[in-house]
Amino acid sequence: MSKPRLASIWLDGCSGCHMSLIDLDDQLFALAEKVDVVFGPLVDTKEFPEGVDITLVEGAVSTDEDHEVIKLIRQRTKYLVALGDCAVTTNIPGMRNSSGTQEMLQGVYPEAPAWTDDLPKLQRALPLHAVVKVDVHLPGCPPPPEMFFAVIAALLEDRIPDVQNQVRFGM
Amino acid sequence: MNATSVRIVTLKIDDRELSAREDRTILEVARENQLDIPTLCHLDGLSSSGACRLCLVEITGIRRLLPACVTTVGEGMEVYTNTPRIQHYRKLILELLFSERNHVCSVCVSNGQCELQELARKLGVDHVHYPYLMPELPVDASNPRFVVDHNRCILCGRCTRACDEIEGAHTWDMRGRGIETRVITDFSDPWGASSTCTGCGKCVHVCPTGALSEKGRSVAEMVKHKHFMPYLTLMRKEQS
Repeated sequence: MSKPRLASIWLDGCSGCHMSLIDLDDQLFALAEKVDVVFGPLVDTKEFPEGVDITLVEGAVSTDEDHEVIKLIRQRTKYLVALGDCAVTTNIPGMRNSSGTQEMLQGVYPEAPAWTDDLPKLQRALPLHAVVKVDVHLPGCPPPPEMFFAVIAALLEDRIPDVQNQVRFGM
Repeated sequence: MNATSVRIVTLKIDDRELSAREDRTILEVARENQLDIPTLCHLDGLSSSGACRLCLVEITGIRRLLPACVTTVGEGMEVYTNTPRIQHYRKLILELLFSERNHVCSVCVSNGQCELQELARKLGVDHVHYPYLMPELPVDASNPRFVVDHNRCILCGRCTRACDEIEGAHTWDMRGRGIETRVITDFSDPWGASSTCTGCGKCVHVCPTGALSEKGRSVAEMVKHKHFMPYLTLMRKEQS
């Protein structure tokens, strides 16, 4: 029997949530025995595969590319986890929403050329659940490593984990 | 006790038989009996205003929910503090607070020390159903020692009450209505130009979020000390 398939993706975030996942340290071996990691920043697969059991999504939905990819992921995933504050609340990427994308770009890159169509276009940063159905919200900046293990273990038993009291927005 | 002493009433809170002075609020009686009712605007030592609505409770025979901080107990009252209906509304209120302004915890001076953040954890608010409005509000750093960041303010009014009732300066007040409401110093002047502010800093320490902070504090560095309020109130009473 093949193992359950785990994927992860990094949208508009800082990679800190993935770093927290790596902070599982020796528990990563236990995780590797339970699942096959089929897609993610550390996996050399270009297209998101079909039939994924759990996908961890870090980051806000910010570009037109993000919108496309997250909809595809939702179709191909059984349990979608909004991983960390950027995916759950938009967090820091969402702070540009008050002044707008253009003003932020000009503030950060004053001498940048005009936006061209060959780059993904930044839009208003949205939380994951504003675009697709989310099964588990795991807030935190980043969420603590042990929570990854607890959430994945519960989902492998087809159980939606209760994270109340164990995680919060921010640190 | 003198001749005008208050009566003692008996009531039930969450099916527990309790007795209390008739001039006490449901919140006071509940907390004295180790029953936790969440609040963001109430603070021991200050008057109660019923602003945040988080302390709403159900009372048998009354259809609408009432704020425990400004509702006094009554004979035979049956109060419920944590029914599914109340839990639903409390989470909804918290979500609306989070959606109204910038409450990005990860970059806040009060991260890890914030009453709003802590209450969300406790009540299981793990995401916000409403769109974030993210208005662009000013930050007033004109005071030499303190900062007011309106983006973090939840309009609980603790600063206005501490300034008025304890310090006696009444530098703080509210301006505008509904979503336009802001806390102001004097006649909406910059805080640094205030002629009434004594610089005591009580407003900063009673603020439940990162809206008021001391200058020079970075993320998660603003630790607040609220527990001195009841003592100050007591001391003032003894003097008068």
